[in-house]
Amino acid sequence: MATDTTPSPALPKARTGIAGFDDVTFGGLPAGRPSLVCGAAGCGKTLFAVTALVNGATLFGEPGVFMSFEERAQDLAANVASLGYDLDALVAEGKLAIDHVRVERSEIEETGEYDLEGLFIRLGYAVDTIGAKRVVLDTIETLFAGLTDDTILRAELRRLFGWLRDRGLTAIITGERGEGQLTRQGLEEYVSDCVILLDNRVEDQITTRRLRVVKYRGSAHGTNEYPFLIDDQGISVLPVTSAELGYGVSDEIMSTGIAGLDAMLGPGGFYRGSSILVSGMAGTGKTSIAASLVNAACERGERCMSFVFEESGEQICRNARSIGIDLKRHVQSGLLRFEAARPSLFGLETHLARMHRDIERFKPSVVVLDPISALRGPSSEVQATLLRMVDLLKGRGITGVFTSLRTDGTFEEADDLGLSSLMDGWVKLVSVEANGERSRTLYVIKARGMSHSNQVREFQMSSSGITLVDAYVGPAGVLTGTARIVQEAEEKAVALRRRQESERRRRDVLRRRHAIERQIAELRASLEVAEEEEAVLLTEDEARETAMSNERLAVSARRSAAE
Amino acid sequence: MSDLNPSEVADENGHYHLRLYVAGQTVKSMAALANLKRVCEEHLAGRYDIEVIDLVKNPQLAAGDQILAIPTLVRRLPEPLKRMVGDLSNTEKVLVGLDIRPKVVIS
Repeated sequence: MATDTTPSPALPKARTGIAGFDDVTFGGLPAGRPSLVCGAAGCGKTLFAVTALVNGATLFGEPGVFMSFEERAQDLAANVASLGYDLDALVAEGKLAIDHVRVERSEIEETGEYDLEGLFIRLGYAVDTIGAKRVVLDTIETLFAGLTDDTILRAELRRLFGWLRDRGLTAIITGERGEGQLTRQGLEEYVSDCVILLDNRVEDQITTRRLRVVKYRGSAHGTNEYPFLIDDQGISVLPVTSAELGYGVSDEIMSTGIAGLDAMLGPGGFYRGSSILVSGMAGTGKTSIAASLVNAACERGERCMSFVFEESGEQICRNARSIGIDLKRHVQSGLLRFEAARPSLFGLETHLARMHRDIERFKPSVVVLDPISALRGPSSEVQATLLRMVDLLKGRGITGVFTSLRTDGTFEEADDLGLSSLMDGWVKLVSVEANGERSRTLYVIKARGMSHSNQVREFQMSSSGITLVDAYVGPAGVLTGTARIVQEAEEKAVALRRRQESERRRRDVLRRRHAIERQIAELRASLEVAEEEEAVLLTEDEARETAMSNERLAVSARRSAAE
Repeated sequence: MSDLNPSEVADENGHYHLRLYVAGQTVKSMAALANLKRVCEEHLAGRYDIEVIDLVKNPQLAAGDQILAIPTLVRRLPEPLKRMVGDLSNTEKVLVGLDIRPKVVIS
């Protein structure tokens, strides 16, 4: 919640313990002052009051008095027992006092001047007995039905509220909604500190409960209508409309559980806390991709929550098994929770409120909405609901996975409930029909804050999970499925031929090289022979020379000897 | 609200057991007591008893008879239980309320 509007310490507040309401009012009801809770029949006034009272007694150590003008104490106890409130035990512990004030006109004869001192005494006695800090008067307007003198009643009511204020009691006064004013008897005139309006509206046969703080003197408060829930877990108000954009962001990368898809994203996955839209026509594998993502998160030990609108959790588990993903064990280990509900079961607000409450309680790190296109309603409302859902998840750093069924089959990117601008990541699944077959392809339309592949990739779902294969992108366009395989086979054959050709050429070259080398060897051999012959001739010549000179020397020697 | 004691039920017919709830000695309370005594003396002489309960002293008794307004007169006997609020200044209404005079004219 906003921190810049924290109340000044001058106005003490009494927390009601009603989830969300204390946020909307920045702390609860005005402490020590009366507050008016009004609304039509059956909109939860009494329950609101009882919850605030019981929480006060059990959680905040403020005992309370419930003064009922309508229901008897035992009826009241029985009515709220379904919410887990044991009023009798609280009464026995002295934390709660219940006083049923019966007002029956037929039993009362007015014979002159009177005042409501008896009521004051009863209330005062109950308050003093248990040291109460909180008081509920439900529904005090019943007095107007039982007593005829309006003048006295109004004067006494004014005195009563003054008395409550003087005693410093945090009081909740309930009032039935009247024509043209908040309550039938105009109680808002007397209780002017805090007025809360509960509403129960039916649109298209679907009921949505809403709460609005009409006024809160001396305090800031959320002014919108907030949807609220009453079910077996009590009452919870959901300040979903007060979501802001001031959330922190994470740099952490989260794997999608599909290696090929991770590889298409620059950092290897989506940012944690981002919202991811997976859109595609029927049977393109949206739920399977979401299942992979959930599986991956659960395997990392993160908690996941899946809101499914068209299938049951069991069915999704079973179907995911066919692609080798065992979600059942995550459900059993408590990491994964499915919340299945038909979209038509509640109104959008109630759906949102329910999801909000479940998210608050389960605290998942990944939330799946499958499919958001199932949420029916005026498109502006659906969009507003989803916007708040996205904000809600982002505000808590939860990664949101939204699947969306596209029934029109067009490739127009502007539709998808105008959601695209809310989404950080958008994976589009497209079935390509060609050559009598259908193959699944996906591409990343956007992934904020990261580089991503612009390729259309074919993916296959098998018992070993989802795997991405490179789609054939060639001059003839993008080929997928069998066409891709045929094309690839053709290319393989061509490549083989090319390889064989070059092999052959290499062998030729080798052969020629061998031949030349052989010739070189032969020439070298004949050169050697020639050199040898030359050497022989040379030595013979030298020998001859030597012999001749020797002979010449011998001849001359003989000549000189004869002289 | 049939929390009658057996002893009271056993009372003889025609006896009026009246309880007047007041809160302190206020003008309205005093007026109510005076008016009640006057009516009883006039119409029920000898067959009534009045019990005055001051809620300021005994606040715990207020819830038992479903007391809301002060003063309140409760006719415990004869049955059925009747309740009248106000200072009993409208004698006509008191008489009708106590069933001493049948309700003829609706005022």
